[in-house]
Amino acid sequence: MTDEQYPKIYFYRRLVQAKLFIDTHYADKIDLDNIADEAYFSKFHFIREFKSIYRKTPHQYLIFVRIEKAMELLKTGIPVSEVCYSVGFESLSSFSGLFKRIVGMTPSFYIVQHQQIKAQMVKSPLTFIPGCFAEKNGWIKK
Amino acid sequence: MITKMTHVSIYVLDQDRAYDFYTNKLGFKVITDAPMPDGDRWITVCPPEQPGFEIILSPITRGIFSEETVKALKELVEKGTFGVGLFTCNDIFATYEELKAKGVEFTKAPKKEFYGTEALFKDDSGNWFSLAQLV
Repeated sequence: MTDEQYPKIYFYRRLVQAKLFIDTHYADKIDLDNIADEAYFSKFHFIREFKSIYRKTPHQYLIFVRIEKAMELLKTGIPVSEVCYSVGFESLSSFSGLFKRIVGMTPSFYIVQHQQIKAQMVKSPLTFIPGCFAEKNGWIKK
Repeated sequence: MITKMTHVSIYVLDQDRAYDFYTNKLGFKVITDAPMPDGDRWITVCPPEQPGFEIILSPITRGIFSEETVKALKELVEKGTFGVGLFTCNDIFATYEELKAKGVEFTKAPKKEFYGTEALFKDDSGNWFSLAQLV
């Protein structure tokens, strides 16, 4: 089977393009109706097909990507309010509420936790590595 | 009784490039990225839904190998000698199209097999993997 022969190739390409659009434009004000139009689907057909592949509606997926990106940024120590707006949320309270519901802790606590892990990783990196690998690589003596 | 596998090493030609490939192209999560005493980095990543399985992105420059072995191993990795494993996905056609759009090189397009539908792709170093949607 070549890649031009599998079933519904254009259908897949249109859905994947829609997903990649969300992946790259998550920080913008995304109108999911426009994405459906771009993908040549009716809105409801688009939502149904998107969910059948990605197990989330386009809106749920957009929220998921924004929270994932927020986690990445928070790990670097960027302040919560800055992260909130830079990943596309318009309200700090809705961002914090969603973040806590999905991640299980507030964004501020997430920063603190990751700063501690990061500091520990720099201070005692070998505690993060199975001893056999560290020994084999010559990072600890036998 | 062995119950699980938690770590596996993949030899990569360039750690920074591999980091980019596994995170930005394959969408894997970074579990550990720790600086080592000799300047190396200990980097492990995992498939998004399998946080307990750490893939170690190991450079081939470490002290454990002789210069001769480093050279030989790099050549073997680069020419695609090593088939490292099989990743599964929910929808192989969508995953295939997405990875191709991100520039991942496939050596085999999705093909129906008795155990599911499978494609083959290479990482940025030359290691190859099966991508499958199992029946």
